[in-house]
Amino acid sequence: MTATSSSRTDAPLLTARDIVAGYQRDLPIVNGAGIELRAGEIAVVLGPNGAGKSTLVKAIAGLVPISSGSVVLGDADITHLPAHRKIAAGLAFVPQTENVFATMTIDDNLLLAAAVLPKAQRHARCQAMYEMFPDLARQKRLPAGRLSGGQRQMLAIARALMVGPRVLLLDEPSAGLSPKLVAGVFADLARIRDSGVGIVLVEQNARAALSIGDRAYVLVEGRNRHQGPAAGLADDPLVAALYLGHRPAAATTGVPA
Amino acid sequence: MSLQFLADGILVGAMIGLGAIGVTLTYSILGFANFVHGEFITWGTYAALTLTSGIGLLVGQDMAPLGPFSIGWPVLVAGLIAMVLTGLLALLLDLIVFRRLRRHGNAIIMVMASFGASMALRSLVEFTFTSEPAYFSRELQIAMPIGLGIRLTADQMLMLGLTLVLVVAMQLLISRTQLGRAMRAVSENPALAQVAGVDVAGVVRLTWMIGGALACAAGIMAGITVQIRPFMGFDLLLPLFSAAILGGIGSVPGAVIGGLIVGLGESLAVQLIGANYRAAAAFLLLIAVLLIKPTGLFGRRA
Repeated sequence: MTATSSSRTDAPLLTARDIVAGYQRDLPIVNGAGIELRAGEIAVVLGPNGAGKSTLVKAIAGLVPISSGSVVLGDADITHLPAHRKIAAGLAFVPQTENVFATMTIDDNLLLAAAVLPKAQRHARCQAMYEMFPDLARQKRLPAGRLSGGQRQMLAIARALMVGPRVLLLDEPSAGLSPKLVAGVFADLARIRDSGVGIVLVEQNARAALSIGDRAYVLVEGRNRHQGPAAGLADDPLVAALYLGHRPAAATTGVPA
Repeated sequence: MSLQFLADGILVGAMIGLGAIGVTLTYSILGFANFVHGEFITWGTYAALTLTSGIGLLVGQDMAPLGPFSIGWPVLVAGLIAMVLTGLLALLLDLIVFRRLRRHGNAIIMVMASFGASMALRSLVEFTFTSEPAYFSRELQIAMPIGLGIRLTADQMLMLGLTLVLVVAMQLLISRTQLGRAMRAVSENPALAQVAGVDVAGVVRLTWMIGGALACAAGIMAGITVQIRPFMGFDLLLPLFSAAILGGIGSVPGAVIGGLIVGLGESLAVQLIGANYRAAAAFLLLIAVLLIKPTGLFGRRA
């Protein structure tokens, strides 16, 4: 998992600029938002429901068509690569729901993602994942559908890490998990960040996300409303009032995502 | 009661099972009931027949049957080439018809399109080859007793052996290889498969190729042990779907076991009630299994 651009840590690893994206061309959900990420950094993307957070990471991952703007990973423009080629380029994505293959064994879930690795490395890489997530190692021959919510999240993250990505995008990994499990997942993410991987974390659970984040973006209506260091943002009165759930009564009529 | 119905049922069942593998794969990966599959069987068989005559013309008169079988080596060579050609036909059809329609994501449109394409392809065969039955060989085959009052011809034993080899090879491909994992992943969740690095379009192409090739193999077996007719594939279509659904959509062993159950059910019905009820037997079995287990015998769909 060595980050190849570690020699120039000040240059951005991932730059998504002026992204316009949506499922239908004339109905963009993301309307000019962008993020910048350095190696070994966690960027947290926050915002009210319907702000376009999920669509932004899906567009970067290649699952939602981008009608304008650019995504640059390292030195390569990967804006319009199909999703499976973005993995090979070093950009991995963990969707929010249905993020494991329930009918396939844990082993097969991991090996599936190893296709781009040389044959000899595939099992060794699986082994490395099992060392990182010992819970998975104990049940590797079980169908992933039998795992608990927290274990599924682990498997989804492990699958994304199989190819040794430079950037990991996660769409609300805390959704549906108990606070204790959320703490576990976020501790894992901090470990992964410390190994040099850049992480983009879309979250509703703003306080927990900001506590491990390095920088933060607040999206509103598909655009960046605020960006800056994650530290202290949770206590910023304006941001807290608008987007961290302490909204005044008048501002609570948001449309659900 | 003679046990011959067992042998007949297993033979027909193996053929249905082989064809049903393609049905179950395209159904689970592309998400629609492909009625053209019957035409892959017919086209594949006629392609093999044409190639066999072509090889015969090229090498002259030396078309002596191999050992105890009614067919010579040209049929085997022609069969292999025809399997590739049928795979390519399936791919071509996807390219000009189904790929465009898939973008709209409406399964009923795909089913109707496949029905239309199937009628067009069938008429083309009938026009080219007439509806007269054709044969790979005019050699007579003597059925040999193999015990328990059951008799089989050498051809029939060869067909059973070849089916077994193809089924085992397919099962290993699906369960053990990287391509097999990718096929299972696309079948369960195409969007997630993309995110896991699977080239979904590539997997779809390979699925068409494999389904077409296996349909051709099933057709050649029917052609050798029975006869070749423009409606041979169409007549097999309903048993194929019964077998695939009975076994559980997406399961290769399920398709084969489903095929054997349908084949045995049909031949038992012929034995006990009469040949008129042959086709009905497959459906009664299908309905009975689905009432008890709606996902089919080996169905995995949650």
